[in-house]
Amino acid sequence: MPIDLTVNGTPHTLDVEPEMPLLWALREQLGLTGTKFGCGIAACGACTVHLDGRAVRSCTLPMSATAGKSVVTIEGLAHEGTLHPVQQVWLDQQVPQCGYCQSGLIMAVAGLLAQNPNPSDEDIDAGITNICRCGTFARARTAIHACARTEGAA
Amino acid sequence: MNKWTRRTFIGAGTVAGGGFLLGVAGFTFAPARHALVPGDAPAHGQLTTWITVSPDNIVTILIPHCEMGQGTPTALAMMAAEEMEADWAHVRVQEAPALDEYANGYVIRAFGGSYVPAVLARGVDYGSYKIAEWFGFQVTGGSTAVRSTGEFGMRVAGAAAKEMLFAAAAKQFGVDAASLTAKDSRITHAASGRSVSFGELASAAAALPVPTSPRLKSPDTFTLRRTARQRLDMPSKVNGSAVYGMDVVVPGMLYAAIEMAPVQGGKLVSVDPAPAASMPGVTKVVTLESAVAVVADSFWHARRALAALKPQFDDAGHGDVSTASIFDAFDKAVGAAPAMPSNAAKTITAEYRAPFLAHAGMEPIACTARVDGTSCDVWAGVQDPLNARSTAAKALGLDATQVHVHNQMLGGGFGRRLPFNFDYVDLGVRIAKAVSPVPVKMIWTRENDMQHDYYRTAGLSRHAGALDATGTPLAVESFYAGDGDDEATGMPYAIARLKATAKKASHPIRTGAWRSVNSSQHGFFKESFIDELAHAAGKDPFEFRRGLLTANPRFKAVLEKAAELASWGTPLPAGEGRGIALTECFGSIVAEVVHARVSDEGRLKVLNVYAAVDCGDVVNLDTATAQVEGGIIFALSAALLSEITVAQGHIVERNFRDYQMIHINDAPKVTTAFLRSDGMLGGLGEPAVPPLAPALANAIYAACGVRVRELPIRKTPLTRKA
Repeated sequence: MPIDLTVNGTPHTLDVEPEMPLLWALREQLGLTGTKFGCGIAACGACTVHLDGRAVRSCTLPMSATAGKSVVTIEGLAHEGTLHPVQQVWLDQQVPQCGYCQSGLIMAVAGLLAQNPNPSDEDIDAGITNICRCGTFARARTAIHACARTEGAA
Repeated sequence: MNKWTRRTFIGAGTVAGGGFLLGVAGFTFAPARHALVPGDAPAHGQLTTWITVSPDNIVTILIPHCEMGQGTPTALAMMAAEEMEADWAHVRVQEAPALDEYANGYVIRAFGGSYVPAVLARGVDYGSYKIAEWFGFQVTGGSTAVRSTGEFGMRVAGAAAKEMLFAAAAKQFGVDAASLTAKDSRITHAASGRSVSFGELASAAAALPVPTSPRLKSPDTFTLRRTARQRLDMPSKVNGSAVYGMDVVVPGMLYAAIEMAPVQGGKLVSVDPAPAASMPGVTKVVTLESAVAVVADSFWHARRALAALKPQFDDAGHGDVSTASIFDAFDKAVGAAPAMPSNAAKTITAEYRAPFLAHAGMEPIACTARVDGTSCDVWAGVQDPLNARSTAAKALGLDATQVHVHNQMLGGGFGRRLPFNFDYVDLGVRIAKAVSPVPVKMIWTRENDMQHDYYRTAGLSRHAGALDATGTPLAVESFYAGDGDDEATGMPYAIARLKATAKKASHPIRTGAWRSVNSSQHGFFKESFIDELAHAAGKDPFEFRRGLLTANPRFKAVLEKAAELASWGTPLPAGEGRGIALTECFGSIVAEVVHARVSDEGRLKVLNVYAAVDCGDVVNLDTATAQVEGGIIFALSAALLSEITVAQGHIVERNFRDYQMIHINDAPKVTTAFLRSDGMLGGLGEPAVPPLAPALANAIYAACGVRVRELPIRKTPLTRKA
């Protein structure tokens, strides 16, 4: 069943089963491998993308739920060659280690900041539930606060 | 004998000319190769096999290690660039291909035979340094990259390159090389004001003889090392372009999902392929000795079709094995705690337990392969491409030279992707062979990954300790089951009788190296017990340890630094406590202080961790700090939450819902300080792991009076003792 959706600003019609998770359509049909497979049960957040501006876990999101919607992945987060503020602060603070979970973490943080531009530590604790095995949490927290400050000042 | 020195390292290379072959079984010692100038060097400006200077003044450094999150390539490049006086902004890195020329088996020799990390020791005959089990060794593990490749390879190569560039510049200017200086990839003749870039000198320099003993910079003249530098791989990790093993795309490839015998060693007894074969997108059902796989046009199709199969596996005779049966065997093997001297004023005993642990890197296992007649290509993230290559060759009955391994970034290694752990390469190439010549990407689900790991061993240890009338320890001894060797015994404290004895209790669970290997559980046992002994002596745990370190000033300094960072001894609110622990592994000494709170209801919160580290010296301050932070979080997840259990011979935990780890809300603030010592460079990927669990258990005791003797900590109720 063809499903129409927009990915990173480009309209696509994908002929996939409606129950296929968005993650696999992104990775295997569209070649957007920046969105990662981590657990397949929406527990780790490595597959986080934005669906109509909200952070969602794509490994359990069926394609049927994406029809007519707009998806943004890590590849589409930068704007006209300029890194998204979260990506930039991630670079400045040298957050990633192995980096595998970071696409999802960055998308989750970008989603959080879009809703709440100046999150408290408690907001971060509640809103960011991604798993990172390398242990970049403290740097991620610092980076989120730094990003909130920079954006707030701008 | 076989003492490793820098002179023989280079001398051997130049003497041999075309290549320095040593040992048996086709093993090639790589270090000699760095000093070789390939025949086409003038054309390509290749000075050594590890460093290239191109005419556009870019210095490219080939790294014989993989990137799995530690920033190793950046640190190694810094070591070479420092010696070269290269402009850091114009330095690039590239992972060396999986060829014998880049084998780094010399990491073993770099230890001079005195100490070889356990992860590397298997298969090594110390007498001849013979590699008995495999033909190549290009490993990233054992926290060895910086201290071996960096110290014995990168620095020397960088210094040799600089001397060749100096010689070329001296020739061009018609001056003495001694009158030249180098900075930021330029060589200057101050007297005449002339200068020339490395790039302009590259091809002339490459034609010059390789110096046999280049002079290394004195550490007090370092300008690049010890600074915090951005990692060269970072941009690709914030924009999604980094390619991990999972992400490889080979034109025309298919996808495979796999189900393996749930009990390790079990065999596939039967499977009816029909239900899967007729499903959409399915190309083939592949049966292997211990697994069944479905190959399809997408992973989703492959996985769905696999779920339609009902394969029958045998249990290899291990169907009655459980966590309880394994610990029962440990318990019986260990027996009573060791006897203590009869003149002791006070003796104590304690029993500690640690569970099996999974690596659970964020990237599940994946392997892409193409088999075409007598040629095979493998794309995967591995900690040792050469061993991966020989694994593939063996599975296919090919010669290693017919296999090409294209290593990819690793979404976490932690020991899972070390040599001997390449079951996934074996399976991946066998599946590819079944659909030859079509390339196929085998993807493991998280459940596959969790249930088919090489687990950190479980362990049980019974300790006994004796104090004299003044509270000075006379003896600390232990009997333990589960793996361990020096990690069980080694303690820096001045205690007359210090002994650990391994008791054999075998089990069929597949084990392997897990970040910090056996120091991970033995660090917990030893440093918990020392703490118990301090309390039995009525002494402050920090002062007690400190008093036993007079003869070990490096340990003492590290312990004191951690205590200082944590303001040890200053008052804390009720329900809060500090715990300290001190361990050494992979050549680095780390002390950590955990500051934790236990509520009246027994809820634990880890507030702060303070780490003091003596790894000799630091290369990249930022990645070094990140390794300590990361090691602490990795260890904290394990200490608090993680446990792999066994029932009916198979692993019970399946995914992140039942194999738990901490999230950002549980991550404490970590403060790190490095002490510079005259010690050899130590590793950093692992040494921050072992002190965390005991420091936390000791902090819990200080906070609420409950002594945690079993990991994970969540199994012990922390209700405050009155």
